[in-house]
Amino acid sequence: MGKEFFDNFVREISFEVLSPQLIKQAATVKVVTPELYDKEGYPVDGGLMDLRMGVVDPGLRCRTCGGRIKECPGHFGYMPLARPVLHVLFIPHIYSLLRSSCKECGKVLITETQTENFEENLKLSEEEAGFFGKMKAVAKLADEVKNVQKCPHCGAKKEKISLEKPYAFLEAGRRLNPVEIRARLEKISDDDLAFFGLNPKTARPEWLVLTMFPVPPVTVRPSITLESGEKSEDDLTHKISDIVRINQRLFENINAGAPEIIVEDLWDLLQYHAGTFFDNSIAQLPVARHRSGAPLKTFIDRIKTKQGRIRNNLLGKRVNFSSRTVITPDPMIDPDEVGVPFQVALKLTSPERVTEWNLEYLKDFLKRGPKEYPGANYLVRPDGKKKKVTDETKEALLEEIQPGYIVERHLIDGDIVIFNRQPSLHKMSMMAHKVRVLPGLTFRINPCVCRPYNADFDGDEMNLHVPQTEEARQEAETLMLISTQMISPRYGLSIIGAIQDAISGNYILTKFLKEVKRSEAVDLLMDADVFDIRKLPLKKAVSGKEIFSVLIPDDFDYSGKTKDRQEPELIIENGKIIKGVMDKANLGEGAGLLLRAINKQYGADFALSFMGTVVRLGIAVLMKYGFSLYISDSEVPQDARVRIDKILKDAENATFELIEKYKNNELEAFPGRTLEETLERKIMEKLNFARSEAEAVVKENINKENNPSLVLALSGARGSLLNLVQISAFVGQQALRGRRIEKGFFRRPLSSFGRDDLGPDARGFIRNGFKQGLRPHEFFYAAMTGRDSLMDTALRTPKSGYLYRRLSNSLQDIYVKSDGTVRASSGIVVQFAYGEDGIDVAKSIGGTIDVHSIVQKVLSKGD
Amino acid sequence: MASDVYSEYETRLPGLLLQRVKEEVPEKTGVRKIRAILDAVCEEYELCKSESGEAVGLIAAQSISEPGTQMTLNTKHFSGVEEMNVTMGLPRIIELVDARKKIKTPSMTIYLASPYNKGKREEVRLLAQMIKETTVEEISEQINVNLADQIVEIILDKERIKDLRLKPASIAKEVKRQISEKNVVSDGSKVIIKVENSSSKSKEVSPIFKLKENLKELVVAGIKGINQVLPIVENGEFVIKTAGSNLKKVLALEFVDKTTTITNDIFEIYAVLGIEAARYSLFEEIFSVIEQQGLNVNPRHLLLVADVMTSYGIIRGITRYGIIKEKSSVLSRASFETPIAHFTKAALAGELDSLSSITENVIVSQVIPIGTGLVDLYMNHKNKKVKDK
Repeated sequence: MGKEFFDNFVREISFEVLSPQLIKQAATVKVVTPELYDKEGYPVDGGLMDLRMGVVDPGLRCRTCGGRIKECPGHFGYMPLARPVLHVLFIPHIYSLLRSSCKECGKVLITETQTENFEENLKLSEEEAGFFGKMKAVAKLADEVKNVQKCPHCGAKKEKISLEKPYAFLEAGRRLNPVEIRARLEKISDDDLAFFGLNPKTARPEWLVLTMFPVPPVTVRPSITLESGEKSEDDLTHKISDIVRINQRLFENINAGAPEIIVEDLWDLLQYHAGTFFDNSIAQLPVARHRSGAPLKTFIDRIKTKQGRIRNNLLGKRVNFSSRTVITPDPMIDPDEVGVPFQVALKLTSPERVTEWNLEYLKDFLKRGPKEYPGANYLVRPDGKKKKVTDETKEALLEEIQPGYIVERHLIDGDIVIFNRQPSLHKMSMMAHKVRVLPGLTFRINPCVCRPYNADFDGDEMNLHVPQTEEARQEAETLMLISTQMISPRYGLSIIGAIQDAISGNYILTKFLKEVKRSEAVDLLMDADVFDIRKLPLKKAVSGKEIFSVLIPDDFDYSGKTKDRQEPELIIENGKIIKGVMDKANLGEGAGLLLRAINKQYGADFALSFMGTVVRLGIAVLMKYGFSLYISDSEVPQDARVRIDKILKDAENATFELIEKYKNNELEAFPGRTLEETLERKIMEKLNFARSEAEAVVKENINKENNPSLVLALSGARGSLLNLVQISAFVGQQALRGRRIEKGFFRRPLSSFGRDDLGPDARGFIRNGFKQGLRPHEFFYAAMTGRDSLMDTALRTPKSGYLYRRLSNSLQDIYVKSDGTVRASSGIVVQFAYGEDGIDVAKSIGGTIDVHSIVQKVLSKGD
Repeated sequence: MASDVYSEYETRLPGLLLQRVKEEVPEKTGVRKIRAILDAVCEEYELCKSESGEAVGLIAAQSISEPGTQMTLNTKHFSGVEEMNVTMGLPRIIELVDARKKIKTPSMTIYLASPYNKGKREEVRLLAQMIKETTVEEISEQINVNLADQIVEIILDKERIKDLRLKPASIAKEVKRQISEKNVVSDGSKVIIKVENSSSKSKEVSPIFKLKENLKELVVAGIKGINQVLPIVENGEFVIKTAGSNLKKVLALEFVDKTTTITNDIFEIYAVLGIEAARYSLFEEIFSVIEQQGLNVNPRHLLLVADVMTSYGIIRGITRYGIIKEKSSVLSRASFETPIAHFTKAALAGELDSLSSITENVIVSQVIPIGTGLVDLYMNHKNKKVKDK
């Protein structure tokens, strides 16, 4: 990794317990007073805001390092405690140390032979299960030793020690004070510490009892100056001042020879404050509060949870050079572009280094200044000083600029930016686009990249980031650009595909438009930005298929399936559609191999521009010929209506028959099912069958000639036949958790039905279509299932979110090493070849290699 | 010989791919043609290989979780009358990935050895009944208590015991084994228990009634843990689906096909058949959920998860007690869950974080050692002089 060449690398981080000596050594101040500021508002020497501990006020300088605010990292202070207190975070460890060691000689309460065994055991369990295995072995030891009566080394009697939560240790009913505890812990020898999994170099047990209190730097607990000029202190500062105050009183009382009870009380109070300083949510302890009653946020609260330091500040960082606004579709821009509003382009900048070759070019930007587009907002000198470009400074900066400077110029067309929509569930949620500066206030994207982002335009907002170094820009371009992300690593097919209008438009074009005037065809192609129309046959009228064929390269051969019943096959030969239509099965995301094959044969860049043209062509068709839905789309003729009614009647009668049979005990139960379950299943089957029957009737009888609703469903652009059936025939059975509706009132779902009514009506069968309108109870049932599915979504999101977090946390360091093996960062081999054959899904075709077509290709070549 | 040509390529192509080529190539193809085909496949294979540094772990995690948001929560079997109730959908995936020891709906699919698999429906039904855990209550017509003589009398259902191939004597033996009474005898179709310790002359009657109640629940036949059985026809042969699972006992039965019978309880498979079997069934279980939901996820991703979970020879869940616990980096563990516990323990043990994986390097704002972060480029300053001339 080259760390050996550079000094500014963090190579290791070690974790240790601070010793009193170290606390004192590392500190710059001895804190002696709880006061913060003097009358002038200047920090008091030896106070909690002592200037030697760092500065948070602008204008002041740190008296230790001379740094200003943001330069000075802060320095610790120290405070000797009048009496030692226990460190609350180590209570369990202190407990196990006390329980398992002799109070007289400090040795572990096991015999020599046991010792040997244990050491071996410890080593073994560490090898097996790492540090935690070791801790487990230690816990086991502590358990064994618990019942030892006498020290096997010096023969001293061992009393039982118990822990009274939160931090009182009782020995034979008498409370051990921290001084005694510390004395005992001191006796434990370095060699014996191995038994407890402690490293004597980094954690002597007596250090777990605090005698010296480390006062964190001011920079850790900055005070905030309110608008009124009043200063508001950080929670930690409040807590430390409590500790200092009590500590002082304890000192005074001890020196004055106060009675033991008073000293003990103060000591306890000191223990409480020192404890809550670290952890303000210890069980059985009252929470330390502000005067307002709000609990103090102390150390642990700062680190823990999603809002804590680790997950909020260390793993997630705020960024500059980003923008967020609503997205809207624009089919006329390319799929790998993003439309950026002028206002945004004026604010976001991309740094460009001045060389002798681009000096004049960049000077032009500088000349235009920050208000005129495209201009520049900042000029950075080689020493890192940043100068804001304004109309006033412009002239001076133009004089000054020379190679080596950096101009932060406005975003211009073709800049690489990273575009993102939350939730960022997969890597295609963050892709690089090329900027296209446009009027308007929204980000514009081509609708065919909606899929990977899972975006729609009902108010979705997206984020845009401008990379600020050459490396970042390059990496974004070669690894994150849309064209590199087209094939999903999840299933090896194109994740970018036509949606909605683009599908229905091309479907209409290739299916219905048999004769288009040549001039009209040319219009269509021009609308789609296709200017090379040599492929369009020189006829007076051309077919839709011929128009679409213009987009396909001449040497492209393909055969695949379509969704269409009449033309179930799609055959393309020499770049011409011989048979078949364009629908979701070919143009859609993740479906069919057409897009994948084009990508493979002509490269991602071509595939992407092909996608863009397809979208534009589809929309051009709809624009030219019009496309709209009518209520009459869902009309069925009278005789079909009669048939649907009959289907309904039959289904209902069948249900009643089943119920009758059940009541007469004539029904035979399915194996492993009760009679009731059997009945329910049979009824469900009958009623669901009714709907599929109705679907057939509707499909047969609906006005088929260019019925837009039908076109939508059949092309796969949106909706399905079922939606149409629910409008024109009937809605059908409402299922709640896979059953008919049965919950509600006592033995009936709604009060408008009799008890134990098992009929279709009472159990959520909706016999009306949406066009006819629902009866009140039917409406209610529909609402029930609707609510259930809302709940399902609401409950599922956090569950799957947590699953994702766990999966990504545990699998993130697994990668393919240069020898082809899959390893974790620790070096352990997980697989010898990725997926057992080393194939990358994103490079494969649907996860495999298309052996068939390779064989055919070689065979057809001839000798 | 054509087969020799194939064997030449064994080191260059994965076995499965080679097999597919063999199947695709028409029979009477010349050796030269076959070689040309194989070369073409090799070329394609090399192009499709994953690149060094690819973060396949993260891709697997995303490939499972992203469709996970689309999965339904409460799916249990939908169509089809003859199905056992099995947890499906997201809850099942979570259960598998957590490596829970007690799963919600353990279930077995028991394949039968021939000739049983092609037998009559009635026969199979009887076999199924034999597997099912059977209590005394189920095989008895009546349980009588004779207070005066301190006798409990089980009147057996003759038909039922005949079906289950049980004999009154064997039932008596089984009952005797399980309760602490010595006087258990069978008599015709009865089992008679004489309660001996009527030592106390107290008028307490409850012990004998208590015994009666206990008797009802007593398992006297079948396999423990198998609560429900359902014989169904699958691909033209009889298969028994069960609720509840006991792989070890079921595999011991002579009429069971030991090579194909499986359970959905991964830990049971691990215990009976070992870690490799557990690994594969873990993969299959996750895959079946994904498939049942109609989602398209390449099996590689699921395989990787199964491999990671079993790579230490035991089944580790993807939880803070499983895989994440065993990470070497303190910061990495702490950033997942329970940071305080990890920090205190690390301090006591004097742990060293060598910043070898992702999270730690993100924390200290360094390049992560994966993907493009794995490589570095150096310039040799000495060579520069040569060029300057």
